[in-house]
Amino acid sequence: MNRLPSLALCVGGIALIFGFAVNRTQAQAAPPAAPPQEQAQKPASPPSDSEKDAEDEEENPFAPEPAPTLPPGMAGSDANDPRAQLAPGLYNAGETSMGIEHLLLLKKPDAFQLGATDPDDPKVETMVGRLGMGNNKKIPKPAHLLIAQLAFANSDLAFQGNHLFQGNFYGMSIYDISNPANTKLLTSMVCPGGQGDVSVYKNLMFMSVEMPNGRLDCGVEGFPPEPPPPAGEDKDKEKKRHIPVAQKDRFRGVRIFDISDIKNPKQVAAVQTCRGSHTHTLVFDPNDKENVYIYVSGTSFVRQPEELAGCSGEKPDKDPNTALFRIDVIKVPVAAPQDAKVVSSPRVFIDARTGAINGLNNGGTHGKKGSEKPADTNQCHDITVYSAIGLAAGACSGNGILLDIKDPVHPKRVDAVNDPNYSYWHSASFSNDGSKVVFTDEWGGGLGARCRPNDPNKWGADAIFRLKDDKLSFANYYKLPAAQGDTENCVAHNGSLIPVPGRDILVQAWYQGGISVMDFTDPANPFEIAYFDRGPIDPKMLVLGGDWSAYWYNGYIYGSEIARGLDVFQLMPTRFLTQNEIDAAKTVLLADLNVQNQQKIEWPAKLVVAKAYVDQLSRSQALPASRIAELQKAIKSAERSHMSKSNMAKLKGMVPSLEKSAATAKTPADSMRIHALADVLKHPSA
Amino acid sequence: MRALLAASVSAVFFSPAARAQQADPAKPVVVQPGAPGAPSKTLPSSTRAILPPRSAADVGFMQGMILHHAQAVEMTAMIPSHTQNKDVRSLGARISSSQSDEIKFMKRWLASRGESVPKAMPKMPGMDMSHEPMARMPGMLTPQQMEALRKANGIEFDHLFLVGMIQHHNGALTMVKDLFDTAGAGQDAELFNFATDADNTQRAEIRIMETMLKKETLEEKR
Repeated sequence: MNRLPSLALCVGGIALIFGFAVNRTQAQAAPPAAPPQEQAQKPASPPSDSEKDAEDEEENPFAPEPAPTLPPGMAGSDANDPRAQLAPGLYNAGETSMGIEHLLLLKKPDAFQLGATDPDDPKVETMVGRLGMGNNKKIPKPAHLLIAQLAFANSDLAFQGNHLFQGNFYGMSIYDISNPANTKLLTSMVCPGGQGDVSVYKNLMFMSVEMPNGRLDCGVEGFPPEPPPPAGEDKDKEKKRHIPVAQKDRFRGVRIFDISDIKNPKQVAAVQTCRGSHTHTLVFDPNDKENVYIYVSGTSFVRQPEELAGCSGEKPDKDPNTALFRIDVIKVPVAAPQDAKVVSSPRVFIDARTGAINGLNNGGTHGKKGSEKPADTNQCHDITVYSAIGLAAGACSGNGILLDIKDPVHPKRVDAVNDPNYSYWHSASFSNDGSKVVFTDEWGGGLGARCRPNDPNKWGADAIFRLKDDKLSFANYYKLPAAQGDTENCVAHNGSLIPVPGRDILVQAWYQGGISVMDFTDPANPFEIAYFDRGPIDPKMLVLGGDWSAYWYNGYIYGSEIARGLDVFQLMPTRFLTQNEIDAAKTVLLADLNVQNQQKIEWPAKLVVAKAYVDQLSRSQALPASRIAELQKAIKSAERSHMSKSNMAKLKGMVPSLEKSAATAKTPADSMRIHALADVLKHPSA
Repeated sequence: MRALLAASVSAVFFSPAARAQQADPAKPVVVQPGAPGAPSKTLPSSTRAILPPRSAADVGFMQGMILHHAQAVEMTAMIPSHTQNKDVRSLGARISSSQSDEIKFMKRWLASRGESVPKAMPKMPGMDMSHEPMARMPGMLTPQQMEALRKANGIEFDHLFLVGMIQHHNGALTMVKDLFDTAGAGQDAELFNFATDADNTQRAEIRIMETMLKKETLEEKR
């Protein structure tokens, strides 16, 4: 409401841009940003001497939003955290970390760059000119880069063997990670259409396409726009269309590539859907090895039936066959992927009692203040399947849902939850034992600064639910504990489990909030155990960037940086995580990883896994120090003797007393750890 | 046919580059797949990304939506002095906040593309702009409707506000639909993202307002 006067003062584009230019000059001469506490009370920039300047400041649409005041009863993030005040820069930003070593950043491939990252670069000028922009002399220099922040953004990651697949709104890239610290780009595949989320299965790669510029032939030219009406023509004539909107060459859906030749991916199929594919999920049928399935989550507009037969965007009361309120299931014959097609469109929001297909209503809003947005549950944003337990967790806009997927073609909703602090249900991860689900809330859509000191730490956060007997019950929230600047887009985003035995640990990307590693073994008390962050891309305006996904794969953490490229990290021991625990996590070696298709983690019966449990039991004081020392000594002797028979027998001899202790352990987590430790000690390998 | 021809011509054109790249296995390649079943082609390593064309409809959509949103903000600005209804007040605050935020986004989008940014609000508070030619967008309230709203109070205001805002929001959905029903429109990634998000938000708000209207009718009957 208090924004009205400033809007009323708006005097049009040219004045606005001049105002902007003036402000930038002033801002550069001004001292660095005020401490966040002060920012909460007033606009983000230093106060001006005259009223005129103040007006200009308010008109500048590039000036970051002043942080709103905290709603009553809410707490924000820590403004004194070392991550709160890092120096800005695209490639030279300040960095800080705890328990994580940053091994390298590989810059985004040239094929996905506008031509330069410097707004003063003539190539950028040329590009801006080629786009036929109004008068590019009037565009503020740094804003030149803003025209292409999302069009060439990096998106999600998938892994197979020694290859990493990084999606991009403009295509995807394949990297050789056989030596992670020396990761090398192999292939940039140009094929626009956004978001470019990728999955891999054997020789097949799947890719999500949702935007209207997507072409069947992967062309970059998009489709020609309707020419503007000649001057002098009246309004009615303007309605006459010269070019039909329906285009048979347009592609929105899931592309399938043959990646047998990693340097020459070949498109073998392209399955069209009404709303395109914002994300997708690879699904296996445990009883059918011939086919794999793709759950398609489409979130955008429904295209015309002239373009794809049967598509309708009507409300359900007008058209029961509407493409809203459903997901699509694609069946892919592995040996004949060219025959892939949509085989069902499950109505996962149906009200079982009334039969209404729009049976779920949202309601998760952020109360009365702040730029909260309610979400309509007519779509899923992302679905994580966990075939080992026959369930999927759907993050579906206004609700979190639980699906029974024992029959993968016909998923059935078994539970749905809501949350008063949730804005947009975005993604989900199961704990390895299937007893918990971590949902994320993408408040602000990922484009907004939502980790400012005064943004509530329950908004745009993870929500951890307990899962028992197909029922979800809320346990607690987890949000990046460090406050971020007002030019850093930041909110909960994609993460994966780190396979530390005995604990539930998630590594997660928070866009420009960096990477946070969270322990949620006790779902009511999640806490951070490691992090990495760098400063904002720009100090004066929000330029989209940060890590889209951060996933653990075979011993390393990979981050898909939207604007900068690909990050590679490794964990370092701290009091929160020991070297033994890290080494135990490294014993889990996967042939491939598609995070939304969650696979059960199994640990080998190695001594290092036993050592990780012993470290945890020492940390939680579940066993007395004398027994911890005894266990450590016995394990060390076994290792030194190269698993001699006598030492192995000694380890085995400790099992009965451990099992007794397990029965009296104070927490279920410790009981489980002692049991698991005993299991390893029965038949350990080196 | 034309696409096929173009592909084969460029394949021939780029083949020296393709050979050069294959000769050095350490060098990354840039490839562009063809249509399903068609071969991929190798692009020169100097390939840079190109933005899809921007259409007049994109710019018109953003300019129009700024004015469209501005009327919603103008409507919500009446709430504090016209009604005590908590639900309407809360909803109004939410709409005002999200639409003001979006107005700012649309201004950034236009300004960073060198397009002119329309005046978001009338020059004087309370002055009606519905008569301006740019203002005749789907769902916008007529000067008469705005006047009626301004004169109403209490329950009457609540009713007119909800009915008016549903009409207004449905108009925004029509604008999004019209945008994507225009050839070559909505290919800009930020615009696509914004229009998709606005569509979802306004659908949700329409549902909330319809529920409020139903509740209001029930209460009147009691």
